[in-house]
Amino acid sequence: MNIRLVAFGIAKDILRQREMTLDFSGQSIFDLRQQLFSSYPEFARLKTISFAVHDSYQDDAFLLTESDEVVLIPPVSGG
Amino acid sequence: MACKIDIQVVEEELSAAQCEAHVTDDGAGGTVVFIGTVRNQTQGKEVKRLEFEAYRPMAIKEMEKIAHHIAQVWDAIAISMHHRVGVLQIQEAAVIIAVSTPHRVAAFAACQYAIDTLKETVPIWKKEIFSDGEIWVAAHP
Repeated sequence: MNIRLVAFGIAKDILRQREMTLDFSGQSIFDLRQQLFSSYPEFARLKTISFAVHDSYQDDAFLLTESDEVVLIPPVSGG
Repeated sequence: MACKIDIQVVEEELSAAQCEAHVTDDGAGGTVVFIGTVRNQTQGKEVKRLEFEAYRPMAIKEMEKIAHHIAQVWDAIAISMHHRVGVLQIQEAAVIIAVSTPHRVAAFAACQYAIDTLKETVPIWKKEIFSDGEIWVAAHP
């Protein structure tokens, strides 16, 4: 299925773009994490990478559906 | 009594007076205002400027969560949290948090909780610009 990725901070630098459509072969956030680590090894070097859907953090068990928009949230550093 | 909440993520220069004005209340016995400013160095290395970016809708939502928690736990009268995004020069304010409560102890605790939690949960990112490069703060272990 296709999902939309929106990336901020260093995640945007790793993807080299703010937004992209990903041909996603899994089901859960866990699967997405694995696919991203495989396609973009730099993600595995970050301290953490979190994911948000519908403007809320979602854990690894969260199931994605076609055309979901997933926001990539590398370690935050506001303040 | 309902807590007055004022959350903003803006590109314009922040104003402590504006945050303080929001939390001014006849019932307040203490107001704490925290101002987070851009420091000129990090680990001995000179910082030229900072760049902040936010995922704004979720940043506001997460800041609202912090404010609601403060309202409940410390019985706050009013809370103002402003965070700036874009390019910031040395000594400019990146974040201002003002909290008013009936008694001072709660105001200090609530303000400390607000800035500590903001740094952990609110999707805002800071890039330090040096003369010889740049780095996203806290991205790597």
